[in-house]
Amino acid sequence: MMRTLIRGGRLVDPARRIDGQRDVLIEDGKVARVEPNLDDDGSCTVVDARNRLVLPGLVDPHSHLRDPGFEYREDIATGTAAAACGGFTSVACMPNTKPVCDNAAVVEYILSKAKREGSVNVFPIGAISRGLAGQELAEIGLMAASGIVAVSDDGKPVANPDLMRKALQYAAGFGIPVISHCEEPSLSADGQMNEGFVSLRLGLRGIPSTAEDAMTSREILLAEYLGVPVHIAHVSTAGSVAMIRSAKARGVKVTCETCPHYFLLTDEACLGFNTLAKVNPPLRGAADVAAVLEGLADGTVDMIATDHAPHHADEKDLEFALANSGINGFETAFGLSYTRLVDGGVVSLARFVELMSLAPSNLLKLGRGTLAPGAPGDVTVVETGGPWTFHRATMRSKSKNTPFDGATMTARVAATVVAGRVVYQVEEMA
Amino acid sequence: MQLRNKDLLGMKELEADEIDLILENAATLKRILDSGNKKTAHLQGKSVVTLFYENSTRTRLSFEMASKFMGAASANIASSGSSVQKGESLLDTVRTIDRMATDILVMRHPQSGAPHGIAPKVRVSIVNAGDGMNEHPTQALLDFLTMKEKYGRLEGLEVAIVGDILHSRVARSNIWGLAKMGARVRLAGPPTLLPRELERTGARVCRTVDEALEGADVVMGLRIQLERMKSGLVPSVAEYARFYGITPERLRLAKPDALLMHPGPCNHGVEMPTLVYECPQSVIDEQVTNGVAVRMAVLYLLTARRNA
Repeated sequence: MMRTLIRGGRLVDPARRIDGQRDVLIEDGKVARVEPNLDDDGSCTVVDARNRLVLPGLVDPHSHLRDPGFEYREDIATGTAAAACGGFTSVACMPNTKPVCDNAAVVEYILSKAKREGSVNVFPIGAISRGLAGQELAEIGLMAASGIVAVSDDGKPVANPDLMRKALQYAAGFGIPVISHCEEPSLSADGQMNEGFVSLRLGLRGIPSTAEDAMTSREILLAEYLGVPVHIAHVSTAGSVAMIRSAKARGVKVTCETCPHYFLLTDEACLGFNTLAKVNPPLRGAADVAAVLEGLADGTVDMIATDHAPHHADEKDLEFALANSGINGFETAFGLSYTRLVDGGVVSLARFVELMSLAPSNLLKLGRGTLAPGAPGDVTVVETGGPWTFHRATMRSKSKNTPFDGATMTARVAATVVAGRVVYQVEEMA
Repeated sequence: MQLRNKDLLGMKELEADEIDLILENAATLKRILDSGNKKTAHLQGKSVVTLFYENSTRTRLSFEMASKFMGAASANIASSGSSVQKGESLLDTVRTIDRMATDILVMRHPQSGAPHGIAPKVRVSIVNAGDGMNEHPTQALLDFLTMKEKYGRLEGLEVAIVGDILHSRVARSNIWGLAKMGARVRLAGPPTLLPRELERTGARVCRTVDEALEGADVVMGLRIQLERMKSGLVPSVAEYARFYGITPERLRLAKPDALLMHPGPCNHGVEMPTLVYECPQSVIDEQVTNGVAVRMAVLYLLTARRNA
């Protein structure tokens, strides 16, 4: 029997309203006991958590592992290694692979490869539409039977409102959430960055915030009309935050996520034609950043996603309009978010754990996000009291497309434990 | 004094004293154009390459004439008929040119920021001859030279720029440069062709062309691409000419001897009628001549900086 003891740390488990010194014993992959002062009988792998925080393993509801088809950017082995390094014990991966994850065979390929080569749990998200073409529904039921946890045409907004209506209705029948990338394509066409003074300065075509808002509003109306849930991906605008807040107040089953770059950076990061700051939805203005932070503070924003989007250097080191959109996020999301949100006084530590573990687990019905006895033994141990400086050269991901090189963080991941197995441990400084 | 940077990427990257330096040199070098012997040794032993990924008549030719008048070895590459068509990346193309002992590369590219990404990676000095919707700095400099010849200064001038501001790198370079030189800019055009937050440039955004032209010292029309009509940004050519054209009546709202300018090529009867294009206030032909003078100054100052 494999036994792992995480000893001496401060456990923060909001689902059980625990915040205090607890040891966590994991037996055969499941949490066995959570008590102050458990003894090692000599059979345990011991993780020293003294002066550290012990959290239910972080869950990322939105990432791109690029496998199959784009393994030159990332694959399941490197992607999950990067996720482990960033403290994530479970990641959900988007279906815009090659071939597209729109059928059970691709779902099973991802799951079997993750089982063989993955450092952390991988949960595939299936396509809403066949081939992400926005025309007809993919085989959502068969994919659900094979193990998808959600459907999304992420990266390619579902332009046709009737197709989205059908997706919301049909997926609800299987208990599968629909994750919508909200972008009205006729409003964002040819756009390269947020429309505003910075796009004017750079002479780049703008993407108006209303491109996102128009589709957020459509999804809320459909979910309300049908009485089914919808999840809004990577919220970046003040308008979306406000609409989601008011929809929640009147009982619409809408949830949403945001990403660290939407509450840490503005479109000014694109100055100098910095393609590392090119992402979709684009980095917005200061008022949008303030609104996203307010949404995190008041509970409108339910969770944090990385939208981990690895791209090869050759796809970024290009003219701005030709460069790919996306930010590599696994290895910075936790540290950046903790620094801004917890040390910055935006949310409590318990709420932060909900944002990065419990809420995404609940959205995707993973049965994680807590360390109750019997739950999967997925644990993230973190060290606070930095500063630590992030260097892109040290990244585990196959790609290094981050705008956060040199950022300082007040917290870092000390150890990542998946089903009792230590999959990442920080190298101690000499 | 010398230029501060290896490259000339845009008016945003130039300081006011550098703009003055270029204009002073251009005024001096212009005398060569008016003389019988159009030959100097300013660029002797230097090489200039022009690389244009978009069509051009006056900009490209004026750079080539400027190089030749000053004794440079010059060559040009058209994107058709070169390995650009074989899919070579911009960086690889520029590296190749760089390694052929090129001193100055004059580059036009349809993507905003294309020269900015390349410049730090090569030894050759890059002159931006137009990048997407971003900048066209030598056009603004030749416009400034033309204004200065008339008024002896730029500070305090009221400059009206009319037309498709959104897509215009000429407008942007003028807006940034004129602000640095203390001129006041008014802008007018179809609302669909005015970028968001335009007032944050410091320019006055006018609702009508009449309002922009009232009392102006300089009236500058911009080229409107006919595809703007096709993409529905303006309903028709006729409607553009009616509401945004620089008509004789509108021009009379400007100061009596105001300069009329246009970067060319002009759609006669759309941006302005031929009558206006050829009126006594028009300095459109003089702009072309000044384009050669300004480009001579830019090539000379960049090579002088390389020698230092």
